Amino acid sequence: MREIDRRSKQSRRVFLKGAATAVPVVAVATSIATSIGDAWADDATTLSPATMKTLLKVARDIYPHDVLGDSYYITAIKPWDGKAAKDPAVKSLISDGIARLDQNARDRHKVPYVEVPWEADRVVLLKEIEQSDFFQKVRGDLVVSLYNQKEVWPRFGYEGSSAEHGGYINRGFADIDWLPKA
Amino acid sequence: MAKFDLNDSSVVVIVGSGAGGGTLGNELAQKGVKVVILEAGPRIENQDFVNDEWESFSQLAWSDARTTSGTWRVAKDFPNLPAWIVKAVGGSTVHWAGASLRFDEHEFRVKSTYGNIPSANLLDWPITLAEMEPWYAKAENKMGVTRTNGIPGLPGNNNFKVLEAGAKKLGYKTVHTGNMAINSQPRDGRGSCQQIGFCFQGCKSGAKWSTLYTEIPKGEATGNLEVRPSSMAVKIEHDSSGKVTGVVYADESGAMQRQKARIVAVAGNSIESPRLLLNSASTMFPDGLANSSGQVGRNYMRHMTGSVYAVFEKSVHMYRGTTMAGIIRDEAANNPKPGFVGGYEMETLSIGLPFMAAFLNPGAWGRSFTSALDGYPRMAGMWLVGEDMPQETNRITLDPVVKDKFGQPVASVHFDDHPNDVAMRAHAYKQGAAVYDAVGATVTYPTPPYPSTHNLGTNRMSEKPRDGVVNKFGQSHDIKNLFVSDGSQFTSGAACNPTLTIVALAIRQADYIAGAMQKKEI
Repeated sequence: MREIDRRSKQSRRVFLKGAATAVPVVAVATSIATSIGDAWADDATTLSPATMKTLLKVARDIYPHDVLGDSYYITAIKPWDGKAAKDPAVKSLISDGIARLDQNARDRHKVPYVEVPWEADRVVLLKEIEQSDFFQKVRGDLVVSLYNQKEVWPRFGYEGSSAEHGGYINRGFADIDWLPKA
Repeated sequence: MAKFDLNDSSVVVIVGSGAGGGTLGNELAQKGVKVVILEAGPRIENQDFVNDEWESFSQLAWSDARTTSGTWRVAKDFPNLPAWIVKAVGGSTVHWAGASLRFDEHEFRVKSTYGNIPSANLLDWPITLAEMEPWYAKAENKMGVTRTNGIPGLPGNNNFKVLEAGAKKLGYKTVHTGNMAINSQPRDGRGSCQQIGFCFQGCKSGAKWSTLYTEIPKGEATGNLEVRPSSMAVKIEHDSSGKVTGVVYADESGAMQRQKARIVAVAGNSIESPRLLLNSASTMFPDGLANSSGQVGRNYMRHMTGSVYAVFEKSVHMYRGTTMAGIIRDEAANNPKPGFVGGYEMETLSIGLPFMAAFLNPGAWGRSFTSALDGYPRMAGMWLVGEDMPQETNRITLDPVVKDKFGQPVASVHFDDHPNDVAMRAHAYKQGAAVYDAVGATVTYPTPPYPSTHNLGTNRMSEKPRDGVVNKFGQSHDIKNLFVSDGSQFTSGAACNPTLTIVALAIRQADYIAGAMQKKEI
């Protein structure tokens, strides 16, 4: 059978871009605390970097795929900042939703959501707010913004558009080779 | 190409250009009848279709506001998307899968066969299979259905091979790559299937029959057919004698136009067709046109549906190749089964990763959900489609609050599963899982119904005017120059996919209309 190369082809563009625009070079050089991996969150103009980072954690906990690095989830949740900039209602939906989640985390674990160490404990916190408008909107958006990334598709063995390759007539539409003889 | 004057009252106006409207339009045009088709959506040709599920959905799907109620899960998961149908020239023949099956003999006389089923509004069709057979033959020839007219079946793809192997292990007998209106060899000026795998997004090669590039251009070539895209019908008008006189519609710019007509045929699919009749209420017809029976909008059927996806140890790549070229027919027969009447088909189905995420279990999240998606390349899938019970309370009404951009009330779709539907679905899930278990599935997922693709029954045919909206030719009982030409005519839904029957009825209706016009009956 023709198998799909499922290795990641994604560059680290998303991180480097964040580092270039948001973090002074000197800061990168002098401060170990400011890791390049967090710089994307500082790009946010309306939502706070802490909110963005919590949103990333929430996204990973909603649709955990251990084979996917953070970059795909960042691409999926970053547009919330732009939507919040355009609409105060969206801004408060996300900010208030994250604030409530953090409060619940502090009540239960004495730390904000991102610092709750185990996924199983964070999932309990998400279950508590599952019916909230915040959770519903974030999940409903994520199911498209995560799985509709063309860069994600090969990681799930999905090949996407095929007409421009002549379909699958010569590319393995009937190449299954492990079935018992019918 | 023909261009008819708005005041030309000699034309037949057809609302909708899909399997019913597009076919009727061409058939009438071939007979020399002048036709104007009003199509709500734009004209999008093959080369502009996109192999991308969400982008294609934005391009093709009917996404105008609708509301929902009832116990069906679609109302909860997709409250404003009760149906997944197309708003474009060609209608839902643009995104249909191509499965072209004839009704079984008993499926035209369900009341006689099934008897009295509580809360089901069963009725025999006013026509029989014997009467329909010549029209089915014409439809199969027109559409180039595989395994008819000497046309070979399509080659089976990976998803079919898994289905076939499991079915044979279970002892099922009738298993093949379907009766598909998809060219397995070049025919009728169109090439053969390239196994692209995006049948639902519009067939870019044109191997799949669609009125968009068969009936409509053929009709236009006669000089008797004019198709007006982006023209949304809002009201059918009538005179003081009760005959319809024309259709008011919003043109591309949103301006209201009035096309006069000798005959009006409604073919806007089973949600919009009753909506248009109800929105055309007048002093003479306060409950809407053709509605003296009170049955307009009622008996909404959408087939018992569901899917089973199964994950295996090794790759399947189900998305490669023709989406629905695979069928098991053994459960379609009306054998007495525990708890339900009627039957169902098991047909191969694949959706891409984006739609799998959206439809596998809407609203689900967490590890059990992502574990299923991690199995995507090793997944096989089937659709379960069976006869559902018509119920008077399952119906299209006018929403009391929500209006469209032209100020017209939108359609509200109410649906409750009948106990027969629930029992059949449970049986189908079990059998579907058994097919895959037989060839080593490591896990199977029963998947809830998607937004309806088979919308049927809301202007049903009946022998007696008190039982339904139209007669055996789709002519309304109340108004003799008003016809219904889509799946809303269906008296009952049968187990199989409806398009072949819609096309056969449209060919037959064209014959009747042309004859009646010649005899000056209408």
